[in-house]
Amino acid sequence: MATTTPTRIPLVDYLVLDHPTGPHLVAHECTACEARFFDRRNACGNCGAANFHRVAIPTDGVVKAFTIVAFAAPGIPVPFVAAVIDCHGTSVRANIINTEPDPEHVSLGMPVRLATFVVGTDDDGTEAIGFGFEPATAEGASA
Amino acid sequence: MSTSDDLWILGIHMTKFGKHTDLDLVDLAAEAALGALADGGVTIHDMGVIAAGNLMQANAPIGQMLQKQIGQTGIPVYNVSNACATGATALRTAIMAVKCGEAKFGLAVGVEKLAGAGLLAGGSRKSDTNVYTPKGRYGAVASVDGRIGTDIMPGVFAQIGMEYGHKYGGTSFELFAKISEKNHAHSVLNPLAAYQKRFTLDEIMNDMMIAYPNTRPMCSANTDGAAAAVVCTGDTLRTLSLEQQRRAVKVAASILTSDPYDEGCQVLPNVNSLTRNAATQAYEQAGIGPADLDLVELHDCFATAELVHYDNLMLCEQGGAVDFFHSGATWREGAMPVNVSGGLQSKGHPIAATGIANIWEVAHHLRGEAGPRQIEGAKVGLAHVIGLGSACGVHILERSALASSAA
Repeated sequence: MATTTPTRIPLVDYLVLDHPTGPHLVAHECTACEARFFDRRNACGNCGAANFHRVAIPTDGVVKAFTIVAFAAPGIPVPFVAAVIDCHGTSVRANIINTEPDPEHVSLGMPVRLATFVVGTDDDGTEAIGFGFEPATAEGASA
Repeated sequence: MSTSDDLWILGIHMTKFGKHTDLDLVDLAAEAALGALADGGVTIHDMGVIAAGNLMQANAPIGQMLQKQIGQTGIPVYNVSNACATGATALRTAIMAVKCGEAKFGLAVGVEKLAGAGLLAGGSRKSDTNVYTPKGRYGAVASVDGRIGTDIMPGVFAQIGMEYGHKYGGTSFELFAKISEKNHAHSVLNPLAAYQKRFTLDEIMNDMMIAYPNTRPMCSANTDGAAAAVVCTGDTLRTLSLEQQRRAVKVAASILTSDPYDEGCQVLPNVNSLTRNAATQAYEQAGIGPADLDLVELHDCFATAELVHYDNLMLCEQGGAVDFFHSGATWREGAMPVNVSGGLQSKGHPIAATGIANIWEVAHHLRGEAGPRQIEGAKVGLAHVIGLGSACGVHILERSALASSAA
């Protein structure tokens, strides 16, 4: 039986999976003021200019805010860590993954890096790939 | 502002917040509206405009439903919806109509049925689609709430408080719990609060965790409730009785702002800039500074939110909110009492009623009618609300000069 690599699709369209330097996030950057948006804008929310180009977001950063969600809507596994990551000046919304979801393992200012994981597989065998940020220091990561 | 431009709250009323099983939306709105009219010594027939706020059933024209319950006089009705700032927006709409001379008296009402509502945002996760197809603004192939951050309000506002800690330091689970301890302690003096129970710090920290660092008592309570206010200009007020003039409360500032662009506001709502902008404009309009305030009712939808608004409303130095709280200033005995009503964590947060109920609280103190929880000698107070999305209402209220001469 021939093995084939399953087709992959990103969980959201601003996650780029196949790139020589690895998975990363992209944003629409205003060519006039450099404000960045993960979704589409007709005009820039900051300056009103209408031209954008795609930029890659750095894959490392620090945790600038987080919460540990212990109570969520039905079907959402808890606890999980929701956070805002400061990726060298661009704020990114993501979960903190690959570590214990508790205040002993997640802290403000903690260095983190982008990591991907399989969200699920559809009926065609396509894997949905999500992203999160994991501790960038060896001691923070629970191997 | 010339004397002919001055604006006044003539009458104001709030229902008890809590679970009103036998009262529907219209019943609650009617109770608040009739209470405010009676408090002001006027009737629905005196009103030239109604601004009615409701969020969760906003497809119903609540203003017209209220008219059918208490008086169909044919006047213009503006039904407004502006997230958790809906009540302040209704009041501001009535104020604008009166200020521009289109109406002599305006009635603002905010009402909400929210008891038992649970989490108000955050999608449930159904089984994901059989064949992945990108959908929506982010081309998502499966639900993202819980996979890419959180949409639930306790989690969003937890991050807002934590972000302050990252920027300035000094925050901790215990600090945020202590803010909640203060507000619950205040609530025991407020008979209209949904919960009038004092909690120990241990009880708050060991209660059910909702979204760290917010435990259940650190979250605003989903309740039913309504509040209403009657507004008029100073020229109109001076034609009324001395008793009406004595009890009227001056609207020294009425400001509504939306959120300006800030880096990161698309991934975590920024409740800071628009509050600071509203406060700056309000202090300028009132011709006072934060040090002149005798009490503040601010939007403590979560304990983590109260901290950042000490700073945004400039009650402390920039970056100094933690030290400010630790100084004891915001307790009712302190130099700057904050949320002596018990705040939304104990009083409850019937969304559209909140932005008028906080004004009722301040007005009550300025009139010297707040009973056991009276802040003695209160002359000036500030009421603040935030609606995510975002909208911010700030009102500064002043005691009538006639009230102080009578006192």
